[in-house]
Parts: sequence; C-alpha cells; structure tokens
Amino acid sequence: MHELSIATSIVELAEEEAERRGVRVVAVHLTLGQLSGVVTEALAGSYDIATAGTLLEGSRLVITEAPVVVFCPACRERRTLPSVQLFQCPQCGTPSAEVIEGRELQVTALEVE
Amino acid sequence: MKPEPRLVEVRRNVLKHNDLVARELRARFQREGIAVVSLVSSPGSGKTRFLESTLSRMNSRYRVAALVGDLATENDAVRLARSGAPVKQIVTGTVCHLDASMIRSSLEEWHLADVDYLFIENVGNLVCPASYDLGEDVRAVLMSVTEGEDKPLKYPAIFNGADVAVITKMDLCEAAEFDLESARANIQAVRPGLRVLCVSAKTGEGMEEWMEYIESLTPAQK
Repeated sequence: MHELSIATSIVELAEEEAERRGVRVVAVHLTLGQLSGVVTEALAGSYDIATAGTLLEGSRLVITEAPVVVFCPACRERRTLPSVQLFQCPQCGTPSAEVIEGRELQVTALEVE
Repeated sequence: MKPEPRLVEVRRNVLKHNDLVARELRARFQREGIAVVSLVSSPGSGKTRFLESTLSRMNSRYRVAALVGDLATENDAVRLARSGAPVKQIVTGTVCHLDASMIRSSLEEWHLADVDYLFIENVGNLVCPASYDLGEDVRAVLMSVTEGEDKPLKYPAIFNGADVAVITKMDLCEAAEFDLESARANIQAVRPGLRVLCVSAKTGEGMEEWMEYIESLTPAQK
C-alpha cells in the first residue's frame, strides 16, 4: 500500500500550485494509467487522510482511469487494450509490448476558486 | 458572493521528483561504469537466496555490491554478507517499496568507482515497486514455482515493466505441480517478448544462464 504516500505527494503538488496562483483548490483532477501501479480505490480512500489539516482539506479527488494504449506493429496503429492481461492487438491479435499510454500518474487540472 | 470554481490545467507528474533522482542516478551509474540490476518479487519467492548465490558466483571475478530493502529486519543483509560482497540494508519501516532517493542516500558512503555490479533487492511486493524507477539498467521480476502460474496475470504492471523474468525454486517444480508452459504463456501475455530464465539457487540449475545474462550487461567503458 503506497497510495497514502502517493496521495500525500498529490496534496503537496496541489498546495504548491494553490499558493503560487493564490487560489483555493476545491478539486484535483488526476489521470491514473492502468499500469501506474496505483490502485484507484485505495488512492481515493487515502485522499481524505492526506488532505486533513492541509490547504486541500475538504477538496475532492477526481480520478480518470486511463487504459493502456499500445502500438500494433502489424496494423501500424495505436490500439487500446480491452484488458491489461493480454498485450495483443484487439484487431489482429499480434502481440505488442510497445506501450504508448497507460503509465500515467499525473495531476491534469485543478478546480479552483 | 461565492465565485464559481474554474478549471486550471496543470499537467504535473506526481512522481516527478523520483523520476528526476532516478535519472540522475542512472547517469551517475553510467559515468562510473556500473551495471545495476534490481530484483522485485512477492515476499518469500527466494530473492535473497537467489541473490546470495549470484553474489557468491560473481565475487571472485567482479566487484559486486548489494542494497537490500526490507520493512523491518536486517536479516537479509546478514545472509548476503556471507557471500563476501559489501551489502547494505535499507530498512524502509512502513514504506512498502524502495524509491530513488533511498538508493541515492544509501550510496553516499560508497565509492562507486570500485564497483562493477550493483544489485538492488526491493521490498517483497509486486504492486508498489512498479511505480518507482530506481535508476537501474535492468529490472528482474522473480516468481517461484510455489506461487502459481497466474502471478503475471494478477500483477501485470510489474511484469510488463520488467526486463527479464526469473522463475525460481525450479527444484520444487514437480512437487508444486507447477505448469511451466502455462506460466511462460502468462508472462508472454502481459509482456510479449520478455526473456524468461528458470533457476534453482539450491541446485544451481539455470544459474549459468543467469550469469551470462548479467555479464552481457557489463557497461562498455569497463
């Protein structure tokens, strides 16, 4: 379980942005890739603990899960994997280890006032 | 009147600090001519025994060193020190993974120019270490025959991010009724093309092939 430490990093990052911009953060938008190694539910559950007593207290964490996108060497196209348990092109079945997206652990936006 | 919330774009990676430290470490390892191999697995898959055997085999020919992550004890370092190689334990406390800053601070007292190969044994955990780059050249993921063939399907992120897979405790393969072909297929499903080595640190099976793999990593400048 490293989600609490991830949540703490998110809070620190958002606090820094809030201070720099002189705003109050009401929500943090996060993109979480399926290969990020972070469990969505555990992270969501850690957020309130991580924000307690900080500038972010009372704010929401809005998580968007990002699927894995690979490059199919046969189709020469980007393909979104329906499952992270099978790294092959969903169209033609060719195996692909070339991950283009899916490792994201990124704060994309802040809702501020 | 209370203003309406507005959305501002930020686009910042949460683990940017770790990634920066890892990049700095990688550059330093390259400069000093060190090949760095990290090991990840679940608890009890035989990482320490495997590393002990690896260090013993290499110690007469190379200058090897190891960093070992553990939640609470220094037992692993004591075991590994029997190989004669310098070993340092990183006790992580409640933290379930190593990060690049821990590696950096552990290396402070070491003269890296005197090392050819550095091994990093991560905390036994197949989830959290997947998020943290340690600056290593190669990440080996270990699974033992007693864990079941579907481990890769349960932990796709860590297998997908690995550079080599090592199936350990092969001496127990039959007793555990381990289906090697199905394990290989599961590894290939989550990471097509991943090299798979089958070893037993106890009998020595497959250790030569592992040594050849490790020796192929020797940085060009040494």
